[in-house]
Amino acid sequence: MAVMGTRMLRKEDPKLLTGEAKYVDDIHAAGELWMGMVRSTHANARIDSVDVSAALEQPGVVAAYTGADLAEGYWIAPLPCAWPVTPDMLNPPHFPVAVENARYVGDIVAVVLADSRYGANDAIEHVVVMYEDLPAVTTVEVAASGDALAHPDLGTNKAYSWALDPDPDAVQAALDDSVHRVSARFVQQRLIPSAMEPRGVLAIPSPHGGDITLYSSTQVPHILKVMVAATTGIPEHSIRVIAPSVGGGFGAKLNVNADEILAVALANKLKRPIRWTESRSEAAMSTTQGRGQVQYIEIGADADGKLTAIKAHIQADLGAYMQLITPGTPLLGSFLYTGVYACPAFGFVCDGYFTNLTPTDAYRGAGRPEASYAIERGMDLLAAEVGVNPEEIRRRNYAVGGEAFENWESPSGLVFDSGNYRPNLDKALELADIAELRAEQTRRREAGDSVQLGIGMCTYVEICGLAPSRALGDLGYAAGGWEHATVRMLPTGMIEVVSGSTPHGQGHETSWAMIVADKMGIDPAHVTVLHSDTALSPLGLDTYGSRSLAVGGVAIAMATDKLIEKAKAIVAHQLEASPDDIVLDEGNLMVAGSPDTATPIQSVGFAAFSAHDLPEGMEPNLQEQVSFDPPNFAFPFGTHVAVVEVDTNTGGVDLIDYIAVDDCGNQVNPLIVEGQVHGGIVQGVAQALWECAEYDDHGTPLNPSLMDYLVPSPTEVPSMTVDSTVTPSTTNPLGVKGVGEAGTIGSAAAAINAVVDALSPYGISDIEMPASPQRLWRLINAAQEGAST
Amino acid sequence: MQVGMTVNGEAHEADAEPRTLLVHHIREAVGLTGTNIGCDTSSCGACTIHIDGEPVKSCTMLAVQANGADITTIEGMAADDGTLHPMQQAFMENHGLQCGYCTPGMVMAATSLLQENPSPTEAEVRQGLEGNLCRCTGYHNIVKAVLAAAEGE
Ligand code: FES
Ligand code: FES
Repeated sequence: MAVMGTRMLRKEDPKLLTGEAKYVDDIHAAGELWMGMVRSTHANARIDSVDVSAALEQPGVVAAYTGADLAEGYWIAPLPCAWPVTPDMLNPPHFPVAVENARYVGDIVAVVLADSRYGANDAIEHVVVMYEDLPAVTTVEVAASGDALAHPDLGTNKAYSWALDPDPDAVQAALDDSVHRVSARFVQQRLIPSAMEPRGVLAIPSPHGGDITLYSSTQVPHILKVMVAATTGIPEHSIRVIAPSVGGGFGAKLNVNADEILAVALANKLKRPIRWTESRSEAAMSTTQGRGQVQYIEIGADADGKLTAIKAHIQADLGAYMQLITPGTPLLGSFLYTGVYACPAFGFVCDGYFTNLTPTDAYRGAGRPEASYAIERGMDLLAAEVGVNPEEIRRRNYAVGGEAFENWESPSGLVFDSGNYRPNLDKALELADIAELRAEQTRRREAGDSVQLGIGMCTYVEICGLAPSRALGDLGYAAGGWEHATVRMLPTGMIEVVSGSTPHGQGHETSWAMIVADKMGIDPAHVTVLHSDTALSPLGLDTYGSRSLAVGGVAIAMATDKLIEKAKAIVAHQLEASPDDIVLDEGNLMVAGSPDTATPIQSVGFAAFSAHDLPEGMEPNLQEQVSFDPPNFAFPFGTHVAVVEVDTNTGGVDLIDYIAVDDCGNQVNPLIVEGQVHGGIVQGVAQALWECAEYDDHGTPLNPSLMDYLVPSPTEVPSMTVDSTVTPSTTNPLGVKGVGEAGTIGSAAAAINAVVDALSPYGISDIEMPASPQRLWRLINAAQEGAST
Repeated sequence: MQVGMTVNGEAHEADAEPRTLLVHHIREAVGLTGTNIGCDTSSCGACTIHIDGEPVKSCTMLAVQANGADITTIEGMAADDGTLHPMQQAFMENHGLQCGYCTPGMVMAATSLLQENPSPTEAEVRQGLEGNLCRCTGYHNIVKAVLAAAEGE
């Protein structure tokens, strides 16, 4: 039964559609206590005193702690950062509760435990904290100037400087010799990831047994387990981490958070279950944010517009502390500042700075949307400079002339597994009907229509399938990049797959069942997938970086192959044939050419379980496992076209159409692929047009709620046209690449290119994100005034 | 205070502090956790339920205000034999959900939408669901699902 490539409906849907699924906040334990966090209201301050005595008087309050109370005996190490990107990177110790200094609005300064959700929230109002204000660093550019210090004791705001810049002089010389040069400064504003399920934790101790179970709304239960052990000192084998249903993550649940460590440490001490769920308004402080960069890019080209050099310099806003992969996040983009293009000279430098704001970390795409934005905005600038249209400048510069390739060494040194860029671009432009759009644009321009049309494109590439462990080691990352899978056939012939990937909306239960069913020729309904619980799935590296299929799915496919081989050996033994002569056909094992010997593969489960008649020396049971460490990354690519209307009277932008042609290699389930692309596109467009975590000059968040932070609603976006080309990956036997981040990586640049295109008659060549009506209105007005003077 | 209500056809009586939000009451006192909470500003719609047949964000009401009300939550939508409600079925067939967190609220809001307007246009579906946020799907397949459910009815 061919299952791969079909639009199979998702196995996980019925329980999600009926309210049966359990998220962390749905799970309760007898005797549980609610944590309430007292958070600093000052971005940078000495903590003079913390008085919890009045809170302790409140009804239902069981305990209250200051940072000093918890300094001894609750943890053995600060919150972890797994990615020291340089040997001399600065990393000030970051404890779950601040002791002497608060370094951002939201830094926890005291914790209250009460017997109810409302009781804990009430009690925190009764904690009195006295602060002595210090100057706050509220933008990365202030941080770089050194005018104020985020951590005065460090003496500098610069945490590190990291370069991928083997020959800076050659890059400069190539730029200087270029016929055409463009340069730009782009701001990647901070974003609040806003998974619809707020983060939450529930830690349940077993006072006599000595173990502890942590439920967390996390993407990374396996990483969390190791880190809880390393941070609290509780032996690793006593810790079980469960990520139940998780309501979206987008990178913001790829972390080890103060609340998780607090819940475990307090549950362990008090011998009572401890829980907490962030409120939405708290999430802007209690959960990491995304992006936060100022980018400078310089691009050189010859007379024909062919790239001669690209130089990128990034200032990264790390926030107040290093969270799990804060320092490495901007560097994930370093290899993509040359995009899908051939370019003889390339240099990249990233300076990471501390600010007194919520820490930044991974957010859908993590470093790669930023890179894609810089190069794809840059290519449009170059097109304007050279005097050709955006698709032409791209065609002239595509790797390998836009022809199909395998294993191409990109300017950054990474080897792209496979690509075929021209047909992908052509398909997108055809679907968009670019000629018709341009004709309409011309018509409106000539008529002086107050609503102008803009067409923007982006031809992106991303790095997926994180990651070859060796490559991560070279980048200074602490862990590996493999993934683990176990496939077992139960005595009744049903299949259990155990995966180390941890889904939070991606539909792994469906896709993994499809991979196994396809290989065995059985009904996918006979396959169940176990995941997200370190007791069921002890080995795994979880879900982020579009890695689940290209690493985890491949591990499952390989384990299935091994299992089939063992089943063949058992059947060969029963039929007194050679295993080499056994073939698998539509779920039956048989001697090649002898259909009368057909034995359903699912019957072998019982033979392996009963073990009455196995080949000499063979172990009972049908269970195989594989840890797959990919030999290379995978490099999906695609073309996105955004079509916008800009009302030149109001500055309002309306996204009226969106066309995406993505190439993620072979597809397991196109239904799921399209869903990932849809969601990603809207998240990227949201950065371009609406979203921005704003702060005042004191570092106070101005829009931490869903009332003020503009997560798009259904009326803001159109239905989209999503299609694909298929260029199989050479990195893994399934030929798959990954698609979780693709939409986000292509869409912000496409949307801004479209807005700029609409306004180019006004001489407007760039617009800072988000392209809000206020911002556009000012630009348009200034351009009109300039024209009339 | 004693608060009584009918939830998914069953009478339920429990004590509630006057300030308890209806959504917390349903989730914690009634024990039906399918109704989700996504915000604290009545912005996201994850908590949408039906009260006396009308869609309501259950975080905008106190439990005591629902005294005597007839409430339907997502748990009450499928038939007793497990058959999904046509709207749930349409969401499944059109991949209108990913993480599923917004889904109960979306399904409840969409069902009410079709009651009001049995054959909406795409724009009317989008407008009708404006108070419900989803971070995963980009709304494309949610809108498709609601239009498909309307077709089917
Ligand atoms: S929880 Fe009710 S609207 Fe968000
Ligand atoms: S499906 Fe995840 S928020 Fe809608």
